[in-house]
Amino acid sequence: MKNKVILGSLLFLFFAYITADLTEREVSGFSDQVIQHGATGDDVIELQARLQHLGFYNGKIDGVFGWGTYWALRNFQYEFGMEIDGLAGQTTKQKLEQASEFDKAYVHEQIQKGANFTHYGEGDNSGQSNNQETEDLEPTAVNVPQGFSQNDIQIMANAVYGEARGEPYEGQVAVAAVILNRVESASFPNTVSGVIFEPRAFTAVADGQIWLTPNESAKRAVLDAINGWDPTGDALYYFNPDTATSGWIWTRPQIKRIGKHIFCM
Amino acid sequence: MLRWIVITILSIGIIGVSVWGYKEHQEKNAILIQAENSYQRSFHDLTYNLDLLHDKIGSTLAMNTRKQLSPQLAEIWRLTSMAHSNVGQLPLTLLPFNKTEEFLSQMGDFSYRTAVRDLDQEPLTEDELSTLESLYGMAGDIEQELRKVQNMVLNENLRWMDVQLALVNNDQQADNTIIDGFQTVEKSVEEYAEGELNTNLVGTSNKQGAYELLGEETITEQEAEETMRSILGINQGTTLDVTTSGDGAKVPLFSGSFKEQDRTGYIDLTQQGGYPMSFMIQRDISEAKVSLNDAMKTAEEYLENSLFSSDFALVESNQYDHVGVFQFVPKEDDVWIYPDAIQIKVALDTNEVIGLVAKDYLENYHERTIPEVTISEAEAEEAVNPNLTVEDHHLAIVEDDLGGEVLAYVFLGTLNDDTYKIFIDADNGDEVKVDKLKQAEMKY
Repeated sequence: MKNKVILGSLLFLFFAYITADLTEREVSGFSDQVIQHGATGDDVIELQARLQHLGFYNGKIDGVFGWGTYWALRNFQYEFGMEIDGLAGQTTKQKLEQASEFDKAYVHEQIQKGANFTHYGEGDNSGQSNNQETEDLEPTAVNVPQGFSQNDIQIMANAVYGEARGEPYEGQVAVAAVILNRVESASFPNTVSGVIFEPRAFTAVADGQIWLTPNESAKRAVLDAINGWDPTGDALYYFNPDTATSGWIWTRPQIKRIGKHIFCM
Repeated sequence: MLRWIVITILSIGIIGVSVWGYKEHQEKNAILIQAENSYQRSFHDLTYNLDLLHDKIGSTLAMNTRKQLSPQLAEIWRLTSMAHSNVGQLPLTLLPFNKTEEFLSQMGDFSYRTAVRDLDQEPLTEDELSTLESLYGMAGDIEQELRKVQNMVLNENLRWMDVQLALVNNDQQADNTIIDGFQTVEKSVEEYAEGELNTNLVGTSNKQGAYELLGEETITEQEAEETMRSILGINQGTTLDVTTSGDGAKVPLFSGSFKEQDRTGYIDLTQQGGYPMSFMIQRDISEAKVSLNDAMKTAEEYLENSLFSSDFALVESNQYDHVGVFQFVPKEDDVWIYPDAIQIKVALDTNEVIGLVAKDYLENYHERTIPEVTISEAEAEEAVNPNLTVEDHHLAIVEDDLGGEVLAYVFLGTLNDDTYKIFIDADNGDEVKVDKLKQAEMKY
């Protein structure tokens, strides 16, 4: 009898410990990284949710540390008398954890449901399950370079893949860079689609290869080119010397050769 | 009996095939006509717009009242941009037609800049008027040549599809009337010597001090290879192809590229001074182990140990999948020098620098004497739209519309959910420009 009581209390303690442990882990959900502007991921979701809970942030909880989150964080730091640097470091995260509640399971569930989830505040989060372990969630938004949309990147990736899928990575960045150099140039159309679909500009457009599905490599190459990498040195034209039919293209001042293509002004 | 059956089947087959063939043929023709029509439309639009453009420039020259002048110049600007887009829809890419397109964009720049100016305060100068006159002359010549081509196209039913075919096959002997016509147009534009157009007035960048930093001393290919190896971190076991750039390059470069089993890369080094212009190492990065903040510190450290100047400010940091991309600008006495930007890419798995672009830095860097501000920060802030909540500010050297450098107060402010960067001239309180900073985009 006595044994049973001891066993029972031991079991009780054990479960209490586990639950406490779980809750503990839920609260300190942040990993120990310093979160800064431009970051993406789970920590950012938590940061946004906590800031929203406190009423500093009223944008979307999308897992991308954008300007909205940045100002919210700075305001939080100001209100709580911390150093205002817009970085979520250890002290800031501790303060946030003390001041706000974060229910990972609930927040993730809402995000996955695709609910227009902009009110994570008092009273909203009732009837939730607490002790559920949740998987890390992919952000629902992405960083895109200034002045471009995901679709612009997609259409450029199509062109790059159609034109240069057999080329080394650098050659793919180079083709994307030429498209961008043309957009900048006075003698070409002023938009990405204008340049790509200019008649006779790209063979991949003429023969329909542009409509193949681009791979990840082509997309990364486009992103690198948009972010400033230009292996061509400002080239406006390129051609494959083995198949080039136009004599005129040979008269252009050449810059360099990358893979099978010669790049020129 | 059997023979008749075979004959019937075969003839049905033949009839079937010919019907199918005829249908295909018709469909092909329909599509060709559609393509031809869209070319024709662009071409006739182009001639029409140039007609109109020529007339408008003419009447601008005769105008006297400022009230009329600004809308007229805005109209010219609109016409040039339409004509430019018409040209972009014609299959002329392999045909030298650049000069004409350049004319259109110069005309556009010029008219835009004069249209938005307060002509009451600053009327057109003599120089500008003479520029306008030569632009008028050029427009006239282009108009006339294009009209000739248009006339031939209409009278002889010339087809743009033939132009395309002629360009594809590069038939020298097949003299295509349209191609000839456009070459004449191009020649007539070329005849206007550069000198006749005051290039300062018709735009195009008038950047000073291009590549001033590089100096005269050149490095040898041997030295270049050593520098490249140390920057890319590759040992003697890997072959590094080093080539020199051709005469199309703006500055002479040594270019190196290498290929290892799991990574490839390239690097450009200036021949003068041996500065790295850009480099990139490409490999698979499957997971992010360090934070963007740690990566930024790596990038900062990398800059500190580089050939570039000492003090940098972070303008932008972004995480794309498992890489961090950072944009830095140098700081001189707390003034941010925006034109001298440097981009650095850091892999978030091993926390190493895998890319750098210093093109802007090398091109624009020069000894600057930063002028004193004439208005205070508070005065400048008054020039900011009062609906904006200003959150942060700093002083900076920025490029204005015309490519010149001005000292400006930069205010970061929010309006509703958007964040803006507002540049206020520190000399006269003018709004130099306003940029809306991008937000993350929802995944579709």
